[in-house]
Amino acid sequence: MAGFLPLLLLLLSNVLLRPVVATSGGSYGLGGGPEEFTEELLLKPLPDRKVLSHFHFESRTPPSSANGRHHSLFPKAIAQLANKFRIQELELSFTQGRWNYERWGGLDYISSANAKPPGVELWAIFDLPTDQIDATWKNLTHALSGLFCSSINFLESTTAFCAPRWSFKGHSINLRYGALPREAVCTENLTPWLKLLPCRDKAGLASLLDRSSIYKGYYHSQRLHLLSTKSTGIVLEQTLTVVIQPNPKTTPVFASEKLLQPNWSVSSVFKRAITGKCALSKSSKVFFELEKGLVGEMDRLVSSGSYLGESFDLSVSPNTIVREMDALDGHRDSVFFEYNIANHSETNPLDVGITWKLPLVWSNPQAPFHANRFLMGSGNERGSIAISLQSTQTIELSAYACMMQVVIFQMVPWYVRVYYHTLQILIDGKPQNVSDIVAKILVSPSEDKVAPGIMEIMLTIPCTTESAVLTMDFDKGFLHIDEYPPDANQGFDIPAAIISFPKLPAKDGILEGNMDRSPLLSKFQERNLVQSYTEVLLVPLTTPDFSMPYNVITFTCTVLALYFGSLLNVLRRRVAEEERLLSKAATSQGLLRKLISKFSSKFLGRNPGSTQTQSSPPTAGSGVLFKVIAVALLAVIWHYFLSDSSN
Amino acid sequence: MGKDEKSKPKKVRLIMHLGRFLVSHCVLVSILCCSAGYATLLLLPILAKNTYISENALMPGSADPMFSVQDTELANRLVKDIVGNRSVAKNRLEIIRLIADNMAAVGAEVYFHKTYPQNHQFHPLHFFSDPERDSSRDNGSCTAVGISCVGIIRAPRGDGKESIVLVTPYNSDEIELSEATTLGLAFSIFSLLSRVTWLAKDIIWLAADTRHGEYNSVSTWLRDYHNPIFFNTGACAEKDFSSFRRAGTMAAALVLRVKDKEDGSEMDSLTIRAEASNGQMPNLDLINIVHLLAVHRQALHVKIGTFSSLHGSTFLKAVGETLEWLSRFAGSFNPQWAFGVPASDYVKGTATLASSIYSQALGVPTGSHGAFRDYQIDAIALEVSPRNSLDFDFGRSAILLKGGRLIEGVIRSVNNLLEKFHQSFFLYLLTSPNRFVSVGVYMIAFALLVAPFPIAAAALFSEDQETHPADSTHLTATKDHRWRWLHAARAVFLVHLWAAIVSLLPYLIYRLPILTSDRRALTWVSLSIFSLLTLKHLWGSNHTPPSGWVSLKAVMISAAAVGLSLMSIINFSTAQIGAVLLVPLCLMVRPLRQSRALLLSACNVLLTVISFPPAASLVTKILLDGSGEFGIGSFWDWMEALWAWNSATYLYLLLVHLPCWVLCVHILLHP
Repeated sequence: MAGFLPLLLLLLSNVLLRPVVATSGGSYGLGGGPEEFTEELLLKPLPDRKVLSHFHFESRTPPSSANGRHHSLFPKAIAQLANKFRIQELELSFTQGRWNYERWGGLDYISSANAKPPGVELWAIFDLPTDQIDATWKNLTHALSGLFCSSINFLESTTAFCAPRWSFKGHSINLRYGALPREAVCTENLTPWLKLLPCRDKAGLASLLDRSSIYKGYYHSQRLHLLSTKSTGIVLEQTLTVVIQPNPKTTPVFASEKLLQPNWSVSSVFKRAITGKCALSKSSKVFFELEKGLVGEMDRLVSSGSYLGESFDLSVSPNTIVREMDALDGHRDSVFFEYNIANHSETNPLDVGITWKLPLVWSNPQAPFHANRFLMGSGNERGSIAISLQSTQTIELSAYACMMQVVIFQMVPWYVRVYYHTLQILIDGKPQNVSDIVAKILVSPSEDKVAPGIMEIMLTIPCTTESAVLTMDFDKGFLHIDEYPPDANQGFDIPAAIISFPKLPAKDGILEGNMDRSPLLSKFQERNLVQSYTEVLLVPLTTPDFSMPYNVITFTCTVLALYFGSLLNVLRRRVAEEERLLSKAATSQGLLRKLISKFSSKFLGRNPGSTQTQSSPPTAGSGVLFKVIAVALLAVIWHYFLSDSSN
Repeated sequence: MGKDEKSKPKKVRLIMHLGRFLVSHCVLVSILCCSAGYATLLLLPILAKNTYISENALMPGSADPMFSVQDTELANRLVKDIVGNRSVAKNRLEIIRLIADNMAAVGAEVYFHKTYPQNHQFHPLHFFSDPERDSSRDNGSCTAVGISCVGIIRAPRGDGKESIVLVTPYNSDEIELSEATTLGLAFSIFSLLSRVTWLAKDIIWLAADTRHGEYNSVSTWLRDYHNPIFFNTGACAEKDFSSFRRAGTMAAALVLRVKDKEDGSEMDSLTIRAEASNGQMPNLDLINIVHLLAVHRQALHVKIGTFSSLHGSTFLKAVGETLEWLSRFAGSFNPQWAFGVPASDYVKGTATLASSIYSQALGVPTGSHGAFRDYQIDAIALEVSPRNSLDFDFGRSAILLKGGRLIEGVIRSVNNLLEKFHQSFFLYLLTSPNRFVSVGVYMIAFALLVAPFPIAAAALFSEDQETHPADSTHLTATKDHRWRWLHAARAVFLVHLWAAIVSLLPYLIYRLPILTSDRRALTWVSLSIFSLLTLKHLWGSNHTPPSGWVSLKAVMISAAAVGLSLMSIINFSTAQIGAVLLVPLCLMVRPLRQSRALLLSACNVLLTVISFPPAASLVTKILLDGSGEFGIGSFWDWMEALWAWNSATYLYLLLVHLPCWVLCVHILLHP
């Protein structure tokens, strides 16, 4: 392998833009294992006529590279990131759409590790003293934001991230968690993610990623997981999980057509077939998984035992068949059909597909409880958050001790002021004493404009519980006018809560016939923490009318003008002087007035004296009225004159 | 200004001067303001502006509709299935199962929601608050549930924070063809939306069983959506909340209904209803997009509620012609000054406006869309009615296609919306589907009508103060006299207290074993009179001086002004109608024995009669329906409807209007 690599890398160096690799490629073995890259794809038909495709790319680099700061395969940007910020573990996910736990399963590796909340989620564990972590987190968010062309930097504010103590990824005080539910995910986030792969999307499995078909799916989550230890070096795991409707119908579907699952192949789902592996990858495989429920159903329907051919056909026969056996009862679990891409090339593309022969209905394994979260109440003042857990009853309860541990982790922004003392827990419709149910609770209330509120709860409930509901009341806060985001009238998001089941027995299936260990299949065998995300909530808050500032400005200006006008008037007026002037004016006043009175007296045939004496208050009033009307008339005429002349 | 020079010796501030001027010319000002108010009210149809779409994000009609003939086939198939089921088996559950199966077939999440019969009870203190759930259902009603079916389509790639609701009422007991068509139409839209790629908000389709009332069914579902109770209490307790599914905050709701052909309709038509409880309206943008799409894309004739009896009104025609003539006259000077609309448009606009004001003023929602407004969700009801009868396949398909495309367009527009509806108006009256009067304009009429109240009160008060000292020379008497208005205030307070008691009496009457509404009404009236006499006997002042009515009138007018202003905040239209009736009565009322002018007395008596709430409702009824059948029982039913719907109009009628009227009568009969 080491023999042909330098040559190949030279050929690919224009793609990789890393010419230094070629010179150093030959000297792997010295520094505790070479850098490795593997690519795998898992395809799985889902019960609701959709297809799950899960791309798994893994790059490893040894702890001390022989090449100094340079790497042959491992993306340098990530290595630098891990070293600079002393990252122990990091996970970043970009997700669009929601994982449907009910239909697509909630128990296996895919759903517990790759089902992510919509938007961006980032958590990291740092190998640093506690006082430096927050500052490092801020730097990290900025670095990632630049690296992935997204606004992860919004997580730098202390109101956006939190430090869960024990409910999320074990006990660590060095963990920071943040989520941006509103972040839109698109190709601009995928491209930098693909750039981290040695072959990008030019060769190998990543070349399947046709943008228009993967973004047309029902769920799309790209994830980057980084694990850095002293002994193993850095392991970078890049996964992309897509749920696609194989051949979407544009015309109405009648119930009769619904019986048979749709037939599909890689080329019909992704618009292209697999044309060979990425030359730099150590192993390059495609797995076709049949779920436990599906295998059981086929076993039931097809008596002959070999369901391949009886109930469905695969377009290409697999290289190996890996069966997962349940360790407890030896019952058959899911089946993986393995394809090795190394045998395929441009001229002989691999186009894995399935043709169904029997109508089959099955369901995927579920987590013991299906979690939902919703808002209660209406209006702009207060409300409640409710988390409801509904038993799925798929797990045999007798198998283990009948107390279920459920851990709930929820982060709430400060403007949703949750009153944690109002926490109410109802099990099967009966209110419970909180202290009886809650095994462990940690609450850190939110601080206005500083920190979000965090709730970590461990419930111990009987396995026979059918439903459990937690409710908490909250008040809606007010934001300062410049704290409102764009489109403030949409409302504000509460990031998804995480429900996990720590004591759930590990799924320790034994894989039969798995000769060389595949990183993806080993993930399936690992003990995965079963966890699920609830919905993101949208809280409508009171939003000011943003056109209001204009009105406010005009109002305040008017008031100020009136105030200063009268103030100046009072300050500069001298009453005594004024009176003197007035009396002076009274003697010589009113040339105009005299004239008017003279004219009017002449006109009306009265003497001016009589009009003077008759000026009682009402007539004075009518005089004023007359003047006001005259001015109004003048204004109206003036207005029309002006508007006419302007036209 | 010039006034300052004149009042040289004692300087009076301008505002004080103006105030005094107004008070001294109270009669003139009152007449001017009132007549201006009435004139503005009549001018409102002319002042109406054309509607326009404020929110840019809506982009109605910018995309071609995807709803096709195949979708109508789907709808027709469901209609036939439902109708077939209706004739074969009289099983109510069969229809709901059919709907649920179809919903599930398009990939929606389906669940059922149960509605129990609800008896409206008078809860005196529950105005403006959420109606309390009555857990005291009798056992018999538990079996007679109405089952609504709810389907949710999750938007692919959507984040599930927002949703759009589609409601189709149907009666499971006796489903009609029009209801089956409604369900078919909704299903074809639903099926289309399950296939489209542009969806960003989840879609909820509620097929509401109207067995126990359409509004009841929708509102219980909404209550369970927003304020669920998790306790298992009551006789009908079931774990049905567990299956209840939600889809985030609701952005908008459309109540859809297909009506069979109406007589004399030449075009396919669409009726929009929007009024929710207490005169609340949905955002005008929602009506705008429906109107735009219906008229400009689907060529539907859009109608809104109108008083058709007013179309033939000669008075309105005369006013319209006068205005038209005036407008032409003004236009002859300058073409820009022509303001008017043709007389026929004016009459139509006035009839629609009157209906708009009336239905807002009643405070009773005009349909199940009103239930959404209680949760700040914009909702309207759309009623599609075909040109040809639904019995013919052709007519049905045509209206299904038009209706489907319309609803698809509206949903697509709302789906485009980034923020909740906030750009356009919430306070408006409609004079036609595409013309509206905004709050800034219709406020003027009310303001002009109410403006004389404080002036008149001040004038009366000062008159009272000025006239009285002359005949009482004693020092103690003048001191006593200065606070004499307190006697009047006490009388007014007592009457208001009585009114409050009257407004609570129905609570008592419901406890009595009286069944017919006639008897209930009579009990109410007699109890009211009895309590009035008791109050008068207990605290009634028996030493009212002959001129006491002036201060009484002043205080009454102030109280009425406060009441009307408060009501204008709660339900503007009620206050508007109230002001139209109350203002002239309050301003003109004088003791009959003291007034010399016969015309004034006649006016007073006439106004007093008209302003009496039952009389007023009778007059409206005659004006609108032309039917004179009016018993006291129907008045009771009317009032019952008001409090059953938690309408603030009930409070207005009994706490503002009634005491004012009683006081006016008191003044009229003053010795």
